[in-house]
Amino acid sequence: MQPFTNHRGLVVPLDRVNVDTDQIIPKQFLKRIERTGFGEFLFYDWRFAGDSARKPDFILHDPRYAEATILVVGKNFGCGSSREHAVWALADYGFRVVIAESFADIFANNSLKNGLLTVALPENLIAEIMRKAKESQNYRLSIDLENLTVGDGQGFSAPFTMDSFSRHCLLNGLDDIGLTLQHAAEIAAYEAKHPVREEMASLATR
Amino acid sequence: MMPRTLFEKVWDAHLVTSPGEQSPLLYIDLHLVHEVTSPQAFDGLRANGRRVRQPFRTVATVDHNIPTTPRGLPILDPVAGKQIETLQKNCRDFGVPLFDMDSPDQGIVHVIGPELGITQPGMTIVCGDSHTSTHGAFGSLAFGIGTSEVEHVLATQCLPQKKPKTMQIDVRGKLPEGVTAKDLALGIIGQIGTDGATGHVIEYTGEAVRGLSMEGRMTLCNMSIEAGARAGMIAPDETTFTYVQGRRFAPKDARWESAVASWRSLATDAGARYDRVIEIDADSLAPFVTWGTNPGMVVPVTARVPDLNSFTENGDRRAAEQALAYMDLRPGTPIEQIAVDRVFIGSCTNSRIEDLRAAARVAKGHHVNPSVRAMVVPGSQAIKHAAEHEGLDRIFRDAGFEWRESGCSMCLGMNPDILQPGERCASTSNRNFEGRQGRGGRTHLVSPMMAAAAAIAGHFTDIREWEFS
Repeated sequence: MQPFTNHRGLVVPLDRVNVDTDQIIPKQFLKRIERTGFGEFLFYDWRFAGDSARKPDFILHDPRYAEATILVVGKNFGCGSSREHAVWALADYGFRVVIAESFADIFANNSLKNGLLTVALPENLIAEIMRKAKESQNYRLSIDLENLTVGDGQGFSAPFTMDSFSRHCLLNGLDDIGLTLQHAAEIAAYEAKHPVREEMASLATR
Repeated sequence: MMPRTLFEKVWDAHLVTSPGEQSPLLYIDLHLVHEVTSPQAFDGLRANGRRVRQPFRTVATVDHNIPTTPRGLPILDPVAGKQIETLQKNCRDFGVPLFDMDSPDQGIVHVIGPELGITQPGMTIVCGDSHTSTHGAFGSLAFGIGTSEVEHVLATQCLPQKKPKTMQIDVRGKLPEGVTAKDLALGIIGQIGTDGATGHVIEYTGEAVRGLSMEGRMTLCNMSIEAGARAGMIAPDETTFTYVQGRRFAPKDARWESAVASWRSLATDAGARYDRVIEIDADSLAPFVTWGTNPGMVVPVTARVPDLNSFTENGDRRAAEQALAYMDLRPGTPIEQIAVDRVFIGSCTNSRIEDLRAAARVAKGHHVNPSVRAMVVPGSQAIKHAAEHEGLDRIFRDAGFEWRESGCSMCLGMNPDILQPGERCASTSNRNFEGRQGRGGRTHLVSPMMAAAAAIAGHFTDIREWEFS
């Protein structure tokens, strides 16, 4: 996984609440068996009309935000389906950070596994960032995961929280399967006490 | 010992290790796998030279993108076909049991687990699908995961997990006639919102929950994710044991007795504390219909599409405005005046035998409105055969419903069963998100009885007033 230490980038405001993963990546793109190439399908139904024509009024198509790497959005971002394709699409499109008032649990977990940083901030700060990103040209934020701060260098600065283990994994780009396997002895001990049930073992002879 | 909740007992029993500086490591008893969220996970195993650690704690089936036309027909979508073939190959290569397209046990993953007795009380269960919460109906801790976590469980049979908070939803009294588990779920989400339970595991308690069948409990727990919950659980009781006993993978003989004894001890102890408690009065519930683009946008069938001024928060008001525009609805329109083009009875929420019986009871002796196309998609092959044995298929067909093969179908429209742009659908599924059932499609979530009644009337109608024949 790509480590995340700090990032400075252009902010694009998507002023919606409860954005579900069906919007982030519609189901017709989930049939692919690869992990890459989902960026072009990000927010597909909002970006493109039924005949695949670009919808120029969708915020990601505003040339001002063409270089955006930070998405700021309303509460409960990523709700609904567990599809990790949503995170793959955001990351593949070029986003490194999503800032929202809150995130759905599975989406937040999936983001962690892919080095996409989710930053939760209070509603009033989200509104302030939204406003600045809409009003000022080229509004940029710096996110410092080491020190858990987000700021614009022009007076706006806010702390955010993240549990220390997730932060450690992100900072170091750790493969957490490898970390779990460091506990192989404990896993084996647990399994010795809890063997596969006889009925399930019969699946072997199906 | 401190009194513990059902959740805490299952959690504690599955802790492999709780290293201070890392997240606790939870052992996973059962990992359900399907074609859509697994190919990249198996690829990850290959890339790292890893195997599936516990193939017999892993069960796979195909459900999400398979057609619901007769099984002998070819899969016309080559991309879907490739994904199904990939699962078949992965299961062969890694020794994972697969209930394939042609298996009599094939079905929606959250339907066949319980049906085969694979899902049992007190287990930890994961699947790369958010509706894994369904299995919590048995008093197991069951939650959806992403593909990276699917790979993690395949490789280690464990997951590092932050401990969620607990929420009790206590449903007092009895559900009124015509009000089902689906209406209870929609009523709860309408009250607490689609993020009302984020970060929490819900335990449903109270007389109305105890009174639900296992099918009803699965419907209720299934929708927990729509309230943002990590999982939903119901303590196992006689209803649970009666359902599990005798199923193919259930414990047999002496092991059955000891299993039931240990399952009985899972119930929340007197005096145990939850982080949050919500009380619902069952008498206050009605048959519900969603009007918007998330399951929390819901009102009783006798109500009207809400006035925008009823939304106090800015974001919610704008969301309601966007939803009404997408749904092509005007505030103040009586729900019963909304006409439908399509009806879908199916999905991991409402495709079990009891759901089909309830819908058939409504359909019997009536005919689908000429302006409506209605389909019934059983959750599994076993349910399909049971329904045919009871003659339900005949009732549906005589009434003008299509009777199809099992799968996820139009719940998420990954297979050819989709809405056309602008079509309005009464659906027994779980999500009314924009485009969920097909681009531009408009979904209204309802119970199976309400869906069947809408198919016949051509618009939403109060099932409490229905004339059963």
